[in-house]
Amino acid sequence: MSIPKIEVAGLRKQFGELVVLRDINLKVDSGAVVALIGPSGSGKSTLLRCLNLLVVPNGGRVRIGGDAFDFETGKALPRPKAQAKFRSNTGMVFQHFNLFPHMTVLGNVMEGPVSAKNMPKAQAEAIGRRLLAKVGLADKADAYPDRLSGGQKQRVAIARALAMEPEVMLFDEATSALDPELVSEVLGVMRDLAAEGMTMIIVTHEIAFAREVADRVIFMRDGVIVEEGPARDVIDRPQQEATRAFLSHFHTRG
Amino acid sequence: MYTFNFEMLWGYRWLFLNGTLVTIGLTAAVVVLGLLLGLVGGLAQLSRFAVLRWISWAYIELFRCTPLLVQLLWFYYALPMLTGIQIDAITASVLTLSLYGGSFYAEVIRGGVVSIEAGQTEAGLALGMTPAKVMRRIVLPQAVKRMIPPLMNQSIIQFKNTSLVSVVAVPDLLYQGQVAATDTFRPLEVYTIVALIYFVVLVPLTAIVKRGEKQLQTGH
Repeated sequence: MSIPKIEVAGLRKQFGELVVLRDINLKVDSGAVVALIGPSGSGKSTLLRCLNLLVVPNGGRVRIGGDAFDFETGKALPRPKAQAKFRSNTGMVFQHFNLFPHMTVLGNVMEGPVSAKNMPKAQAEAIGRRLLAKVGLADKADAYPDRLSGGQKQRVAIARALAMEPEVMLFDEATSALDPELVSEVLGVMRDLAAEGMTMIIVTHEIAFAREVADRVIFMRDGVIVEEGPARDVIDRPQQEATRAFLSHFHTRG
Repeated sequence: MYTFNFEMLWGYRWLFLNGTLVTIGLTAAVVVLGLLLGLVGGLAQLSRFAVLRWISWAYIELFRCTPLLVQLLWFYYALPMLTGIQIDAITASVLTLSLYGGSFYAEVIRGGVVSIEAGQTEAGLALGMTPAKVMRRIVLPQAVKRMIPPLMNQSIIQFKNTSLVSVVAVPDLLYQGQVAATDTFRPLEVYTIVALIYFVVLVPLTAIVKRGEKQLQTGH
């Protein structure tokens, strides 16, 4: 039994009076793909954002690879440099892409290595071009993001995150803002990544994709993990009434 | 019906030219100094240190919410009484106009920075960049584009604001106009000329600003 790549223990988060996450415990093995599903407001996006400290938890512990942080109310936050180092080990893909509009596609992909790792430009460019080829956008290297379709933007965003060579990739509803015909090109890239053994946590409403690609599915509601297990078990034979009710809104086997 | 007589003002052309140059020089000084103050004040508003936020807030509100003319008189007449240090009219004028302009620039700069979507900062942080680097590499380059039109606008206002320094006898365009008016008993002609000179200097500038705005909207 190897050590899990991601370990979350007793994680709590509240915004003012509103409790968003209550005592979340989670382990993800190296190379595993975990899908987080659940209704809006269930806390799944907040959980994902706690994993790279875009949201700072109120309590609990997060470990990714060799870096761990303990959170306590009243305790000082980790210093900005320590936070940056922690984040550089996780790649994050956002619902709305968040590409840098003032940089070319290649510039976007090079930005992490150059700015966060102080990598020489030539080396970062080589990595950038290789990753753009990998997501099928080598010919768009010199274009600006506003010339791309949504699906192309999201593939650039994935390449940008991969350029930091993270141990873990986090996907926050990566296909929710896309036109239906553009979803598959992004899911294709994610499927390839999973097949290469990348450790991934995916917040998604694509239940069929979760069933096919994820090893494990976690169903969340009201800030707690209601049910978790092998993807097909949870999706095809949910044990909890809440899970059943949620899944009844989807055609899971198209 | 009043008969205009501009001809007799020809003899005062050097006076007008001199005043115009003082006005332009004064504007250049207070725009540069004001922008520096505005950058410091605006970024301090966004600092994670409460003390800096508080100090810059006090500075900005103090100078935004009191009349420029009152500030000018205060710096020229009242400050020396408090400190015992006599400052000349030009120094008092540059100081006051820079601080006043800086308070407005600060709000423009702060507004430009916060207008950049939070997702841009998040994407930079998520890559592992430090907050300072995210500001420098991601946020400011985008924010500056949005700031330029309002900063230029504020600078145009500053150009006109310099006319107030005539009350403390700085020999700017308006002051020299007053000299010419008392000399010739022709205030109507004199102040028409003075207004025209301000207008002629500023109109080409506003045209440049407009063109710049258009380029910024389309370019990267």
